[in-house]
Amino acid sequence: MPPSILEQVRAIASDILSVPADRMHPDSSPETIEAWDSIQHLNLVLALEENFNVQLSPEEIEQMRSIGQISTLIGSKLQTSAS
Amino acid sequence: MTVEAGNNLRLAIDGLISKGAPALAAARLAELWRNDSGPAAAAFVCSRYESLRRQLPLTQHRTVFLRSFTLEPLIPMLRASAFCAGIDLGVHVGDFNTYAQDILDANSSLYAFRPDSVVLAVRTSDIAPDLWLDYTALSAQAIRSSCERVSVSFEQWVRVFREHSSAALILHTLEKPLHPAAGILDAQSCPSQSEAIAEINRRLRSTAAQYPGVYLLDYDGLIATHGRVHWQDDRKYLTARLPVSAEHLKYLSNEWLRYLVPLSGRIAKALVVDLDNTLWGGIIGEDGVNGIKLGPEYPGAAYQNLQRTMLDLSRRGILLAICSKNNPDEALEAIEKHPGMLLRSHHFAAMRISWNEKALGLREIASELNIAVDSLAFLDDNPFEREQVRSSLPDVTVIELPDNPMEYSATVRNCPVFERLALSAEDQHRTAMYTEQRQRAQAEGSFASKEDFFFFLNQAVEIEGVRPETQARLAQLTQKTNQFNLTTRRYSEQEICNLARRDDYHVFSLRVRDRFGDHGIVGVAITHDRGHDCEIDTFLLSCRVIGRTVETAFLAYICEAASLRACTRILGRFLPTKKNAPARGFYSAHGFHKASEDESGSVWILDLKTARVNNPQWIKLEVMENTSAAKHS
Repeated sequence: MPPSILEQVRAIASDILSVPADRMHPDSSPETIEAWDSIQHLNLVLALEENFNVQLSPEEIEQMRSIGQISTLIGSKLQTSAS
Repeated sequence: MTVEAGNNLRLAIDGLISKGAPALAAARLAELWRNDSGPAAAAFVCSRYESLRRQLPLTQHRTVFLRSFTLEPLIPMLRASAFCAGIDLGVHVGDFNTYAQDILDANSSLYAFRPDSVVLAVRTSDIAPDLWLDYTALSAQAIRSSCERVSVSFEQWVRVFREHSSAALILHTLEKPLHPAAGILDAQSCPSQSEAIAEINRRLRSTAAQYPGVYLLDYDGLIATHGRVHWQDDRKYLTARLPVSAEHLKYLSNEWLRYLVPLSGRIAKALVVDLDNTLWGGIIGEDGVNGIKLGPEYPGAAYQNLQRTMLDLSRRGILLAICSKNNPDEALEAIEKHPGMLLRSHHFAAMRISWNEKALGLREIASELNIAVDSLAFLDDNPFEREQVRSSLPDVTVIELPDNPMEYSATVRNCPVFERLALSAEDQHRTAMYTEQRQRAQAEGSFASKEDFFFFLNQAVEIEGVRPETQARLAQLTQKTNQFNLTTRRYSEQEICNLARRDDYHVFSLRVRDRFGDHGIVGVAITHDRGHDCEIDTFLLSCRVIGRTVETAFLAYICEAASLRACTRILGRFLPTKKNAPARGFYSAHGFHKASEDESGSVWILDLKTARVNNPQWIKLEVMENTSAAKHS
């Protein structure tokens, strides 16, 4: 079975923020992860767009406040583009 | 690469790191980076290389980016590529649009970082907003004065930068607009918006030419190469000031790498190629000379394109060599007689055509050409051979060839290890020099004694100070010479000029000629006077003249010149590295006595009051007028 969206987001965030994937939880956020600053947020956006082949709008980028929120957002974007 | 394959490779890499296998881990990291050059992989590759950096033979290089736009997402990509090319790149990024202050203020973070290189990446819209935004509102006079203002600013920044730093400086050219303000009328306007920007770029080029170690990066050309329409992503620019679209970030990062690789000396000096299905299509042993595919028409044209690329590399001073599993007679017949061959035997400095393993062939080629194995690049269509070479000779640059031969040429042209920042006369004639070298080796065998051979060679050495035409070559020699190099101190062109200007330093170049030809400039010595002591800061010779006693002639001259300046002692240092064992016995063989030794190296002294070094009688010494040997007296 291919990895779920949440698993993929955790793996990407783990690469970008240099935090092991098993310490990356749905409620992990810029408040709980020190390395998650505005530059890493931009890197995260670029990596997500590349991995899932989606374009994130400025409003959506603003909404990405935790790993869980990012997964939900990506999931709904993938569903919209699939339907 | 699938998500799962990527994850498995990451797990394998972490396993190798925890097992203490840094070289294998590095090879897999390079594999990951070849297959996935995205931002997530970049961050992973950097973090793992950082944990391995002490266990790998990486070259340190420090770069500062001065910029007018967001380039942070490019930095992990650049560092990951640099790591895979053997460079541990330290990066400092200046604040937005503070590049002018940073350059002008000697106490700025730019200089405090002590960079080896600096990239000045400024966008047209930031440095010349009037030319970018209001072009059609400007008079011809206002356009001229705006071009003048920008050009003069660049000139001033380059000049002040050179006063404060000897680091290399890489200037981005200014880009032309995607949509000129006047629309199709721009082509008829005088000057057009495109022309005005091109004029600034021309001035930039002439500014760069006035200073050593200042290079242009054709940013406008890079955008054109990849397509102006696709280069920029307005959403990212308007929200994050990132003017390059996500898919093009890697091209800008690669372009930077093409400068940083030669600047840090991690270049390939020779390209070793396979024959069958690489230099021509088909297998010579099966298809015969008339059956292989090679010529101006498809499919032979793809292989001719690769040969044309190799010819260009050879004119850049990169040696070509062959390592192929074949019967030598058949292969040589094709090389000499096939009408489609652009490369003939004389283009190749060494050949290993046999049924031996390629790793053995590569080792032999390195030793025949007198270069280190890590200076070789290897080109072979067969993935199995590439993997074999990667695992048995991890220091060789193995070029990953695509399956389609039509892409071979571009793949080789894109390799940063073949980039050169400057071309010396020596570079352009290198292959001919190796042919002369073969004739010398043949002649040597026919003499009963070394002395007879030396007299026959009829060597003349020419010693000279630094000239503008030779300073790049002298810097290049300090950066590239690893074996006969007593102290292995690397100097930039600018540093060489600075030392040559000082009264207490003397910089000498050595040129060697003999009956077979001209070796060009093959040696550098730098001495530093301290009272009555003359210390040899640098003494190096290119390997191809070692063992012909010219090193003795060079040392004899240095000692003679020092005593003319009233020095009474010569101090020499030997600082051992992994590669400079050939220089180990140099001072003791010339009558110096060892004064001290510790783990960093040994100090040797020659007392000029009681001893001297004699010029070998078979060498003719010529000292040029600008040699400032006695500038104190």
